[in-house]
Amino acid sequence: MEINREDIMHLGDLSDFDLSGNEAERLKEDLTGIIKYISQLDELDTEGVEPTYQVFEMENVWRDDEIKPQEASREQLLALTEEEKDNQIKVPRIL
Amino acid sequence: MRIANKTVTATRLVKDALAKAKHFEDYNIFTALYEERALKKAAEIDEKIKNGESVGKLAGAPFAAKDNFLTAGDETTASAHILSGFVSPITATSVAKLEAEGAILIGHTNCDAFAHGSSTENSYYGPTLNAHDKTRVAGGSSGGSAVAVALDIVEFATGSDTGGSIRQPASFNGIYGLKPTYGCVSRYGVVAMASSTDCIGFFTRTPEDMDLVMSIASGKDEKDMTSLPDYYNADDTRGGVVDTACPSDTLQAALAKSSCSAEPIVSATPPLRIGIIKDFDNDVVDAEIRGALKKKCELLKSKGHEIVELEMPSLKYALAAYYIIQPAEVASNLSRHDGIRYGFRSEKSKNLDDLYGNTRSEGFMPENKRRIMIGNFVLSSGFYDAYFLKAAKTRTLIVKEYEEAFKKCDFILTPVSPNPAFKLGEKVNDPVAMYLEDLMSVPANLAGVPGLAIPAGETANGLSLGLQLVGPRRSDRALIEFAKELQDE
Repeated sequence: MEINREDIMHLGDLSDFDLSGNEAERLKEDLTGIIKYISQLDELDTEGVEPTYQVFEMENVWRDDEIKPQEASREQLLALTEEEKDNQIKVPRIL
Repeated sequence: MRIANKTVTATRLVKDALAKAKHFEDYNIFTALYEERALKKAAEIDEKIKNGESVGKLAGAPFAAKDNFLTAGDETTASAHILSGFVSPITATSVAKLEAEGAILIGHTNCDAFAHGSSTENSYYGPTLNAHDKTRVAGGSSGGSAVAVALDIVEFATGSDTGGSIRQPASFNGIYGLKPTYGCVSRYGVVAMASSTDCIGFFTRTPEDMDLVMSIASGKDEKDMTSLPDYYNADDTRGGVVDTACPSDTLQAALAKSSCSAEPIVSATPPLRIGIIKDFDNDVVDAEIRGALKKKCELLKSKGHEIVELEMPSLKYALAAYYIIQPAEVASNLSRHDGIRYGFRSEKSKNLDDLYGNTRSEGFMPENKRRIMIGNFVLSSGFYDAYFLKAAKTRTLIVKEYEEAFKKCDFILTPVSPNPAFKLGEKVNDPVAMYLEDLMSVPANLAGVPGLAIPAGETANGLSLGLQLVGPRRSDRALIEFAKELQDE
């Protein structure tokens, strides 16, 4: 599987990275090597095998649908952000 | 474990730990030390002891937490720039439980950023040096915690193990490192990496210490929906090994049945059947490590145990499957780091879209970016079936091979990594070479079974050698008990 410059820029977009020219070139090389390695699964026969997504082996961990006091207050959480106004997080303009 | 009592004060223990931490400063072990608070807590414990009041099982024992364990009021960054300035409002459940028994946190330890790595070289704060050779890596990703315990600075340290991040640095520094059964210790308050394989565990210098720490840290936490009921402490006999009458293929039914109870899978008596994996006995593994494995097998036989050769042909594909599943989960978990709610925010952004791109580009380390991009690649349409789904199916084969293996043996003994500690800089620019470090540790994570790294002597050059014992799910305590027996060499 060949991966080209365009693929890298697309993956950069999906990942919300602003990649510089040199960085994209380096990533192209690195990702090509990694994809080559993980592609060895091709040789394994998995016909008819069900996938496993988790190994916890418990389903439906229920709890009552009630609001419990939270450890962190709204003030504490808002204090973590760069800028807040009227109890809300302020961000740069969108457009 | 050194614990405060009438003759040794907690203040003495904490002062010694802090002095040693400073003495070994050039190893770059700690990202932060909490001197004032630790001494204050120590004084409180000493006062209680003086007044004859009860103190916890870990009273005054200094410990360290990997930098991805949140502690209220402290900057916790997972050694990643993108979390710079993040002061946590909460404390990880595991840390809180240990503190409730009197253990005293003296600092946070260095790790690969977001636990992405096998050498602690991917840290924003630079690499941690190996405890026995300063020209070599500490291993990783929990390198700082491993070296803090190996150099006798703290009594124990926390770590997280998603693909080997506790066991490999433990073996590189000659100590014990446990990756428990998936769900045994609460993950609440630990920076998420790959949620389906993330495990919280510990570093200690003896199996007895590991047992003590695990008896406190394990158990159900309502803040972590994937935490298991406390099976670790369910039986006080503390001598058992895996019940061979309860083979692993019945585990699923047993687990479903016991979801409300907490029955441990322990009992039965020696001789034990110890499995070794033929597929790992090849040139990929360093000759001295294979030598250590053979030596340990001889010791086991001399003690009356039986060695069973296992064929587990899917295990050689575990690493490829892991480096698909884990980046996929990483891409999802790390999408929350966008500079808006907490942590680092890039200064130079004109609008919101710019802010996301600049913050994530400047804030993540190169290895974080590689994993996020690979994750987005294997999940993207057109590649999902060929990569992610294929890896999930491979995972099924691996789980089944363990189930079959544990019908034939009680524990499996394997190397932890293909080589002892390597030179600083040797692999950091070659991602695939670094991933190969995890070759023999990731299978346990994919299957959710416990793995315990145990010391196994030294190389001719004085580097630590380690091996790992792997058992069926919920056999954590039996593994530790067995390790106690193995240390009498």
